[in-house]
Amino acid sequence: MAGYLIRRLLQFAVTAAAASVIVFLLMQVLPGNAAQVALGTNATPEAVAQLERTYGLDRPLPVQYLDWISGMLTGDFGTSYVTRAPITPVIADSIQVTLIIVIASMAVALLIAVPLGSLAAVFQKRTLGTAISAASQVGIAVPNFLAAIILIMIFSLGLGWLPSSGWAAPIEGFGRFLARLALPVLALALVQAAILTRYVRSAVLEVMREDFLRTARAKGLTKTQALVRHGLRNAAIPVVTVAGIQLATMLIGAVVIEQVFVIPGMGSELVRAVANRDLVTVQGIVMVLVVLVLLLNLIVDLLYTVLDPRVRRAA
Amino acid sequence: MTTRLVASRRRADASLVIGIVLIGIVIGMALVSYLWTPYNPTQAMPADRLQGMSADHIFGTDRYGRDTFTWIMYGARITLLVGVVSVAIAALIGVPLGVLAGMTPYGWLSGLIMRGNDLLLAFPALLLAIVFSAVFGPGTGPAMVALGIASIPGFARVARSGTLQVMSTEYIMAARAANRRIGPIAVFHVLPNIAGMIIVQASVAFALAILAEAGLSFLGLGTQPPTPSWGRMLQESQQYLSSHPMLALWPGLFIAAAVLGFNLLGDGLRDRFDPKLKGRD
Repeated sequence: MAGYLIRRLLQFAVTAAAASVIVFLLMQVLPGNAAQVALGTNATPEAVAQLERTYGLDRPLPVQYLDWISGMLTGDFGTSYVTRAPITPVIADSIQVTLIIVIASMAVALLIAVPLGSLAAVFQKRTLGTAISAASQVGIAVPNFLAAIILIMIFSLGLGWLPSSGWAAPIEGFGRFLARLALPVLALALVQAAILTRYVRSAVLEVMREDFLRTARAKGLTKTQALVRHGLRNAAIPVVTVAGIQLATMLIGAVVIEQVFVIPGMGSELVRAVANRDLVTVQGIVMVLVVLVLLLNLIVDLLYTVLDPRVRRAA
Repeated sequence: MTTRLVASRRRADASLVIGIVLIGIVIGMALVSYLWTPYNPTQAMPADRLQGMSADHIFGTDRYGRDTFTWIMYGARITLLVGVVSVAIAALIGVPLGVLAGMTPYGWLSGLIMRGNDLLLAFPALLLAIVFSAVFGPGTGPAMVALGIASIPGFARVARSGTLQVMSTEYIMAARAANRRIGPIAVFHVLPNIAGMIIVQASVAFALAILAEAGLSFLGLGTQPPTPSWGRMLQESQQYLSSHPMLALWPGLFIAAAVLGFNLLGDGLRDRFDPKLKGRD
């Protein structure tokens, strides 16, 4: 187990380091460098050279890379050549917003998907099961930004219950916070719930075929009792795996949702930086997102070994 | 055949038929748009701006008076183009790598390929596409390449696991005993046997590419004006949500229909190709 843990942590570190090299090199692909890009094509060579000296862009690439990496490891993401402001506060503020949205969305998605998926499995040959399966199939095909727009049409423009855009931190009043959180979270969660429902359904179906469930029923438990007492824990293993992987997808999905609802999260900052040709900021935000994705994969792998004794022993 | 098998077959066929019909509609619209559209897509008619559905404009018009149905037809082209190119890139790179990794499961090459795969998985499709638009400028080209690269791991994994299965069969052992080289074995024995799985994966990847391109264009970082794209139409409709909701619903409906079509096709084909899934759901 300890050996597996160390191996898996090492793998995480190596992959993250390799990803950072890729992100860094991608930003160097452009003809000219970040200073040229930031100043635009009309900038005089003197102005570009000045900016290069100010931010150390005239140094060799490996030096710049190591500077960037060691800065990030100590929590310093550098200075934007476009806004001339430090990048760290931008990331620190926006990451909270994005994480709140993503985690809340996953919670809501699971609250919808676990009961629905279980129902779809238990009633698989009846109308209810078929209806849930069909609905989840359609839900998977709906892009989250379309779900967002439809929710705005219904709950903001139609019923006038919730604001159609904006953000409020929890300290600005919990009611205000929840009102602004509701629609973005629902938009992300509904589509996610559709995906998870299918996995819950097939996981429960799988469990229902197991011998231990038949034994439980032979002891006199009803189908539902047997499922709740013995089945759900076993069905949870594949669902947790998928939910963890889907968290990474939602992190990126939130980029678009934040744009729809004008929410100051990482996605909005990323899109703004791309539009401003602010490559250093793009580089920093992308790296944070990539590390989050890798971290989620790591957590899923470790959870998997905790949940499933067979894997634990094998590892 | 048991009744259960028949039922599952029927469900698979229903998925296939609905999927093929939906995809057929999208392909049909794209093809017809090369011969005929109700209006010229770039022709603005200020007098006709923001009209509802009518005999003249069956889907209405946008803020410049351009015909929405014409734009939907042109948008189908971009949707299919992005799907075809990105899936082709992913399959052409991912499948050979996966087969190679599956045929030499204990070699360093296999390890290298699978670690590279893990590395690519750290870059979700939409994120890679945003990075590409930052570096190479926004456009359909960079988007297709980015989505293609991001889809490589899916193909490599499927090809590898399929190859591992095929390699353990007796006829491969026979071929190896007959001293056939690895190349011919891959081409004549492995590829035909994993083709079904690859086609299923292509269908799923196609759906994901459509979703990602729509998201990217919605952010303004994908297909650029004046080229019509569904994601961009949806974005531009956002300021008219209260007065003209149909402007958002038409492109939304077609994005969802296209994605649903490829997902259903993938599901239907999977049930057809994978004998282990027969009789199950």
